Amino acid sequence: MSNAAKAEVVLALHRFGMGPRPGSIAAIGTDPRGALIAELDRPLTLTAAASLPTSAKAYRTVADANARRTARAKQAQQQAKKQQMAATQVAAGEQSQAQSEGQAPAQGQEKDAAEMAAKQAADAIPDPGRPIYLQEAKLRTEAALSAEIGFAERLVWFWSNHFCISANRIQSMSGAYEREAVRANALGRFVDLLLATEGHPAMLFYLDNLESMGANSTAGINRSRGLNENFAREIMELHTLGVRTGYTQDDVISFANVLTGWTLVPPGADPTHGGEFTFNPRLHEPGGQTVLGKRYEQEDAEQGRAVLRDLAAHPATATHVATKLARHFVADEPPPALIEQLAKTFRDTEGDLKQVAIAMVSSDDAWRGPPSKLKRPGEWVVGMVRATGITLVDPVRYTGGQQLLGEPLWRPSMPKGYPDDEASWIDGVGRRLDVANNFAERITGMADPQVIIEDVFASEIASEVKQAVGRAESRQQALALLFMSADFQRR
Amino acid sequence: MGFDHHLPTRRELLVGSGALFAWSQMPRIARAEGRDPRLLVIVLRGALDGLGAVAPVGDPDWASLRGDRALLLDGKPPALPLDSFFALNPAMPNLHRLYKSGKAAIVHACATPYRERSHFDGQDVLESGISKPGVTASGWLNRALLAMESGGRVDPRGSRALGIGSVTPLVVRGSAPVMTWVPQKLLPASEDTQNRLLDLYQHTDPKLATVLQARMKLASLGGAPGAGDPMSDDPTLAPPGIARVRAYFAEAAGTAARYLAKPDGPRVGAMGFVGWDTHIAEGAASGQLYNLLGALDGAFAAIESNMGEAWNETVVAVVTEFGRTARINGTQGTDHGTGTVAFLIGGGLAGGRVIADWPGLKPAQLFEDRDLKPTTDLRAVLKGLLRDHLRVEEKVLADTVFPGSTEVKPMGGLVG
Repeated sequence: MSNAAKAEVVLALHRFGMGPRPGSIAAIGTDPRGALIAELDRPLTLTAAASLPTSAKAYRTVADANARRTARAKQAQQQAKKQQMAATQVAAGEQSQAQSEGQAPAQGQEKDAAEMAAKQAADAIPDPGRPIYLQEAKLRTEAALSAEIGFAERLVWFWSNHFCISANRIQSMSGAYEREAVRANALGRFVDLLLATEGHPAMLFYLDNLESMGANSTAGINRSRGLNENFAREIMELHTLGVRTGYTQDDVISFANVLTGWTLVPPGADPTHGGEFTFNPRLHEPGGQTVLGKRYEQEDAEQGRAVLRDLAAHPATATHVATKLARHFVADEPPPALIEQLAKTFRDTEGDLKQVAIAMVSSDDAWRGPPSKLKRPGEWVVGMVRATGITLVDPVRYTGGQQLLGEPLWRPSMPKGYPDDEASWIDGVGRRLDVANNFAERITGMADPQVIIEDVFASEIASEVKQAVGRAESRQQALALLFMSADFQRR
Repeated sequence: MGFDHHLPTRRELLVGSGALFAWSQMPRIARAEGRDPRLLVIVLRGALDGLGAVAPVGDPDWASLRGDRALLLDGKPPALPLDSFFALNPAMPNLHRLYKSGKAAIVHACATPYRERSHFDGQDVLESGISKPGVTASGWLNRALLAMESGGRVDPRGSRALGIGSVTPLVVRGSAPVMTWVPQKLLPASEDTQNRLLDLYQHTDPKLATVLQARMKLASLGGAPGAGDPMSDDPTLAPPGIARVRAYFAEAAGTAARYLAKPDGPRVGAMGFVGWDTHIAEGAASGQLYNLLGALDGAFAAIESNMGEAWNETVVAVVTEFGRTARINGTQGTDHGTGTVAFLIGGGLAGGRVIADWPGLKPAQLFEDRDLKPTTDLRAVLKGLLRDHLRVEEKVLADTVFPGSTEVKPMGGLVG
């Protein structure tokens, strides 16, 4: 392999994949672009996920545990109160003179004891949400570690962040949401991805649509409550058209009315369908709505689906998506020609995301620039582990590290998702050093920095890095320097 | 001349003690004697500057060799006198006290058979016990333990090696079982690692350099946000800088001692301390080396107090892969050299002396005109400890523990 060809292979792995791992350079061979495209034809399903609960099941499990916790706590509280009362009465009978003074503190104690008993009873039932979250994190991370290149996984991560939800609000569903809505559609058509994510209970929960009701709907009139605009606004601003692309506040309100009734089956109400999507006509604002100048007269969930289909086909959406993709993969300020190429492919193929991905890696504009992107923490951590050939994950440690680096898995602080520019992440490089140092210490016995440079990176790394690694005082330090090098953090 | 005045007595000591302790009737089974010896090996990774730790203040060429960086008896602060020729770095008052009470010895101008300058390979030779790097995945201490196990010479309840740290040092790895203990707080990236990374960034990525520099500045002000174990669930911040290093050394070494002291605990153990590669701003009497030696001295104190009764049957061997250049380099540090020191401490030690066949510091006396010439094979010291303290047979030492070392006779008289 010529040096130039080797360089393009390594760039392919860093820029579009999850970073080189043992054997990946040879596996891609002399045609990195072809290999990237070929990876898109492999199925994206996580076979091991068959053992994991669906989002609705996960949600029901947590709701059940919460209900049992509340019940146990109540029970324990009542029992403690009874016991305390009996004890006070005995004490009062024996020492009637102390009754008047003794009453107040006895009551205080009674309350404390009851609260403590309630808390203990509740704590005896563990929260099943966290183990589910960790299991999901483990599978997702292992998929990234074991992928040959990881281009398809990177696309899943990209779309998951584009259509983000937060595990801070709905931990139980966070992993299943990605599998069910994002992974299943990441290489399909954008409109299907849009319909799957916006119609997913996790999204409806996250963007506050469960309780949104039309002012003139049955529930709205009876409960004197109304609309929540959040969901509609974020769909237009973040998921489809992009901010300041011509929609008005009236469009937001109309679209929010359209989306009323998009909710989920209460988890306690139905043992088989609790937690699933449902359209509740009692919450839905009756009548037609006008969004972006078009009238939608449908009476049910089809009204919302029709608007979503039109938003997916809107040219502003093509540009918005193309810009974000190019910014994520290629450069903070991507070449305008590349954006236009991706947007055109998006429009020409009616949002065929696989074709858009192919257009990206087929364009010279996507390869020409120097590796100026700073890898996001998640990519960087996975890249580091991949370089060592490790494919198994301790999810507690992994998610802890992610959190420390400011990109906790499925927990962005805003619906906008995690940012994609250098300025947002560069200050965290110091923290990366702690993580790199820690990881290097753990794996010194298993990973040889020279082998990583020569075999995993095919020596495609700056001579300064080779020198620093060669002169390091220990294997641990050598590994930390290697993982922290610009060659390893930039792509 | 230092050579004339000191060598004869030191030679005598070496030869004499060797003869004295090479008894053919030496009891071979430690347990049968009612003894229950412990051996802890501490590897200083990065090549300790032996001259900066234990200075040959009596050598007429010493002061001029290091200039104002030379450790001196009337320096600021003054070095701690050991004998009429050597003085200890003032950062190590505990070691000085142990030495004065006969519970510490220092071996100077020593080295493993490794003569190149790669840390990795040097550590491999030091820990594997084999003169070529990369030959085996087991360490000499583990193989010594195996030999003792088969002969019933160690308490079977303790027939395990202890490895401290998230990576078990090679010296105790091997087929004898190893139990490991990982300190709760891992040591964050050292100042040295940060400096090297900064240097790398300055040559390759100015933006990253700026960020790292800002972090280092913050840390120097005592407000480092990156302290503590980054993977820990407990985000409590540890104290910054050297205080953190001191705490880590003391905790790790103190815990090793507690395990080794247990009646049913392991009898041999090993741990590594990083940070000794002082290419820049070494600062023997203050600065990097001084700070690290101080932390090591604190680790010694932690071992002594945590060993309790077992201290009397303990030997701690502190070794490093090689030394550093005799002369100071252009950045006020030293580069990779050859001859260095080993520290031996413990209640079981016949100490109170610096053991050295002093080679001298004139240019012609230096190894390759740059390093302290090694005159004592570190394997002789280690074999002496294994034979006389742990009672490993000399033949086993030469055949399997340090293969191919028949020529290197165990140094006698190290333990009392």
